[in-house]
Amino acid sequence: MFRFLIYKLALLIPTFLGVTVVAFGFIRMIPGDPIELLAGERGIDPARHQELMVQFGYDLPIWQQYLTFLGKLLQGDLGTSIITRQSVVDEFFTLFPATVELSLCAILVALLVGLPAGIIAGVKRGSMFDHFVMGGALVGYSMPIFWSGLLLIMLFSGILGWTPVSGRISAMFFFEPVTGFMLIDSLLSGEEGAFKSAASHLILPTVMLSTIPLAVIARQTRSAILEVLGEDYIRTARAKGLTPLRVIGVHALRNALIPVVTTIGLQIGVLLAGAILTETIFSWPGIGKWMVHSISRRDYPAVQGGLLMIAAIVMMVNLLVDLLYGLINPRIRHTE
Amino acid sequence: MSLLDIKNLSVAFGPFMAVDGVNLSIDTGEVAAVVGESGSGKSVAMLAVMGLLPWTAKVTADTMQFDGADLLGLSPGARRRIVGKDMAMIFQEPMTSLNPCFTVGFQIKEALKTHLGLSAKERQTRAVELLDQVGIPEPEQRLKAFPHQLSGGMNQRVMIAMAISCNPRVLVADEPTTALDVTIQAQILDLLLDLQKQKGMAMVLITHDMGVVAETAETVNVQYAGEQVETGAVDDIFSTPRHPYTAALLDALPERRQGRRLNAIPGVVPGPYDQMHGCQFQPRCRYAQDRCQHERPPFAGGVRCFYPRESAS
Amino acid sequence: MDSTSTTPAPPSPLQEFWAYFQENRGAVAGLYIIIAITVVAVFAHIVAPYSPTEQFRDHLLQPPAWQEGGSWQFVLGTDAVGRDMLSRIIYGARFSLFIGGVVVSISLVVGISLGLLAGFVRGPVETVIMRLMDIILAFPSLLLALVMVALLGPGLVNAMIAIALVLQPHFVRLTRAQVINERSRDYVIASRIAGAGPLRLMFITVLPNCMAPLIVQSTMSFSTAILDAAALGFLGMGAQPPTPEWGTMLAEAREFILSAWWVVSFPGIAILVTVLSFNLMGDGLRDALDPKLKRS
Repeated sequence: MFRFLIYKLALLIPTFLGVTVVAFGFIRMIPGDPIELLAGERGIDPARHQELMVQFGYDLPIWQQYLTFLGKLLQGDLGTSIITRQSVVDEFFTLFPATVELSLCAILVALLVGLPAGIIAGVKRGSMFDHFVMGGALVGYSMPIFWSGLLLIMLFSGILGWTPVSGRISAMFFFEPVTGFMLIDSLLSGEEGAFKSAASHLILPTVMLSTIPLAVIARQTRSAILEVLGEDYIRTARAKGLTPLRVIGVHALRNALIPVVTTIGLQIGVLLAGAILTETIFSWPGIGKWMVHSISRRDYPAVQGGLLMIAAIVMMVNLLVDLLYGLINPRIRHTE
Repeated sequence: MSLLDIKNLSVAFGPFMAVDGVNLSIDTGEVAAVVGESGSGKSVAMLAVMGLLPWTAKVTADTMQFDGADLLGLSPGARRRIVGKDMAMIFQEPMTSLNPCFTVGFQIKEALKTHLGLSAKERQTRAVELLDQVGIPEPEQRLKAFPHQLSGGMNQRVMIAMAISCNPRVLVADEPTTALDVTIQAQILDLLLDLQKQKGMAMVLITHDMGVVAETAETVNVQYAGEQVETGAVDDIFSTPRHPYTAALLDALPERRQGRRLNAIPGVVPGPYDQMHGCQFQPRCRYAQDRCQHERPPFAGGVRCFYPRESAS
Repeated sequence: MDSTSTTPAPPSPLQEFWAYFQENRGAVAGLYIIIAITVVAVFAHIVAPYSPTEQFRDHLLQPPAWQEGGSWQFVLGTDAVGRDMLSRIIYGARFSLFIGGVVVSISLVVGISLGLLAGFVRGPVETVIMRLMDIILAFPSLLLALVMVALLGPGLVNAMIAIALVLQPHFVRLTRAQVINERSRDYVIASRIAGAGPLRLMFITVLPNCMAPLIVQSTMSFSTAILDAAALGFLGMGAQPPTPEWGTMLAEAREFILSAWWVVSFPGIAILVTVLSFNLMGDGLRDALDPKLKRS
């Protein structure tokens, strides 16, 4: 188990270094040098240009620049946003909780609906329910989620008027963020109707974002259950006279969850990609929307920093999932 | 009255008859063997009795009784009270027949909890006792082990412990030694026989090895292609096999080889799509006549053959 | 005389495959729809009633024919600058199929080459290739594609390159896993002993036997490529207006979700049907080609 962890960690380091190279190299690959880019359309006086080149160290050999970049990174400095003049790291972490809240809700919905659906579909293979669930899942991940988001708005906000269209909470509420999670903060603020407003703003984005993870989890769970149900130890469990509920709920499920955990881990990338689209459509103030705006406004330090942070988060989550996998798979956890 | 009484058991998967007209009758303390090649339906028959076949299987029988109670008509709940408690089964592949995610102790205690309702402390004591009975050293430690940490032989002992945990009246052993090393095979068989004698259990031993039959059983059922072809006492069958297939099986034993060649039976067992109209064994039978090809011999006098052989080979 | 039935001649691999594939009605439906879409795309200039960029100033935001205010002149209505929706959707099929085709082709060629290299040569070459793939996988796919397009400049071609890059790791990993499986098989060793050189071993001996999962992956990647290209178009980074790419059309339609539902719905439905068909077919292919599921 220990060796397994060390091995996974060791793999991370070169990958992370590679990620930093990509983030670093990204700005360098854009036509024009960084000072010109920072100056933007205003243009810059050649003498000042040269001054700044030296000041920022852009005249140094590229590998030295990379090391400086790496050094700053390890100290937690990712540069300053051109547009907002704020530290990129600060901006990132101000907006990050919004994305986390949305993603957590989405994965929760995906699990709460997808897992049972997949299990029952697998157990009742070939039934109407099975076909319905599998058909639904197929449509779910064949659909462009930005389109379904628009449709959701059309239906629930436009025609029915049940849900709001944008933002995290109604504009009439204002309170200091404590955790950054609107659901918690609204409760803490004690203001009447705040929590309800926060919750209602979360509904449509969560539905949109959870679509693909839900579909994938349902399909994978069904696959896993089907595979497990054909194993010898299930027959042994039945031969012991255990109830079907126990055979499936305890013996089958425990084994089926192992591959499903890996699937869940893979969904983190999907969630972040989906967050980009979801936050754009619902004007959700998270890092997805921030990245899109930074890219379109040519805020290169922000893009570079954001890229790095997001990749780091994905890698960390994957490591955690690997850890979880090692814990629940007894063959890895208990090796003599 | 027999403990387990089965008459004319048939199992169909769609049009394919995996088991066709099998009888089995066993009393307390008796050891019966069911012998046959792969594809003979010997496992399927016993799985049907235990109720462990998938829903695609259609099980019919004139009689299927355990201790007087009709198994066919039982509700699933009632059946679950018998299976695992009074009727137990162990399987061929010990390495895959135990759940890899739970400790050995958990799996044994589960049976105790379900059927006997023992307290946690009682379950622990009994589990240790059971592992000891099946010859596993350091039982307390072993209870905490996972199946992949134990060898094949140990896993099979665990399975046996699980099966006898609630003191079953009948134990069905489906090729318990086939997947094990030769040296371990003898140990496991001896263990099974010891336990059988100690507890006065009836045992149905499914095997393809006539040698094993000779050493363990009192009565034997010979199966071929889903049909029962001969039954009788082991001594009688070994000295005077009446069905040509039984004779051929015995002839194929290494001890009876002639010179350097084993007496193999020419041909192959018919598969699901090659079922015969007449006698299933006819294409491979030395003594086959015209009648054997067109008419199916009924099971009479312990043998299913129009021309059973009466004298020793 | 023999009473056993005579066994018929075993079917050829293609026949066997088609027999399994046919059993899955969804997959067959998917196949037919894809063929239909391809035909429509190829003959768009004949099938579509108008040019996709022609603007009819007198018919701005006209509803579909069956709704009040619509007419059969523009069956699916028109968009904000008076272009016929039906024609745009039909021409849009060309772009989606083109994108999918190009992306999958690039991914296959590069991915298979890298995968073969990694699987055969092993050692440091394999490590470098796999770490590169890990790096690509550390970024969420859409984000990486977005950044790449920002680098290269928005547009259809750059979007295709970006998406092909993002899909690489799946093909490389798959090929490598297959190659590692196959290379220890007897027939490969036999070939090597007979004197086959490395290139021949890779491409002629081993590769054909790895194709089954690669074919399935290609089908799934086709649909991913269409979805990703549409997403990029929606964010303004893919095909640029007035190109009738379905995602780009949805970007332009955003402001009209409450006023002109047809501008929003039809491009989305087009994407859904196309992607769904590919996924259905992919599922069917996987079941038909999977050796574990063979019934015989």
